[in-house]
Amino acid sequence: MLQQDWIWGLIGGLMIGSAGALFLLMNGRIMGASGIIGGLVDGSGRGNWGERLAFLAGLVLFPPVLAGLYQTVDTRLTDNVWLLAAAGLLVGFGTRLANGCTSGHGVCGISRLSWRGLAATMVYIAAGGVIVLLFRHWLGVI
Amino acid sequence: MQRLIFAALSGALFGAGLLVSGMVDTVKVQGWLDVFGAWDPTLAFVMGGAIVPMFIAWRVAERRKTAVLGTPIPAKPAQRLDRNLVIGSLMFGAGWGLVGLCPGPALAAAFLNGSSGLIFLVAMLAAMVATPALRRAMP
Repeated sequence: MLQQDWIWGLIGGLMIGSAGALFLLMNGRIMGASGIIGGLVDGSGRGNWGERLAFLAGLVLFPPVLAGLYQTVDTRLTDNVWLLAAAGLLVGFGTRLANGCTSGHGVCGISRLSWRGLAATMVYIAAGGVIVLLFRHWLGVI
Repeated sequence: MQRLIFAALSGALFGAGLLVSGMVDTVKVQGWLDVFGAWDPTLAFVMGGAIVPMFIAWRVAERRKTAVLGTPIPAKPAQRLDRNLVIGSLMFGAGWGLVGLCPGPALAAAFLNGSSGLIFLVAMLAAMVATPALRRAMP
């Protein structure tokens, strides 16, 4: 970690939390990325699809504009097709079964002092830690 | 119309925060999970920073009962640790660790991740479409 990374992490985190606060206080919605897009694609969020689509438009379109303004961003994503497909399926099924991901359970759940959110967050961080240990340090594939 | 504007603003600010915090960098995210290697604590600062405004927002929201644009504040779900919460979070964490992407950054970096990001997104969306059927098939 570079020395200034934690400062940018904190600033970015405050922005993420402010985005969630805005969505909650203005629209009365919980800012959970998997729930917003999941409800749109499986039809369960038909009642407020416009709001979901508007949120996703901001989320998908603004970062590349911002990235183009100040620097090129290297996301360092793997190009291993099998890893990508497996990870996508696991993240898709997992977040919808658990009703939340890092934003929903992590940011919005923990801040509401929700034990479910805290428990989910501890479980997915632990699972991610085990997978990185296994695939990076034992198998050496990531 | 107001609802759509605030939803788009919130999405844009969320995406900007993910970019600024470095959470679109998949190696940094995997670094947070790499407790036994070169551990990168940045994600803890991001999560901590995000929880502060959200904590205040929840206090305000629960007092108001209704959002500014009229929607009732969502009720707190029953605090029960059911099987799907645990199994789902295990699956999600595994996928997150494999490539360093969770849904927010995967969407925020949809145009920054190239074709690799597209493969991930297609798989994720397919699984999301199939989840209601999976839920029904589960014993």
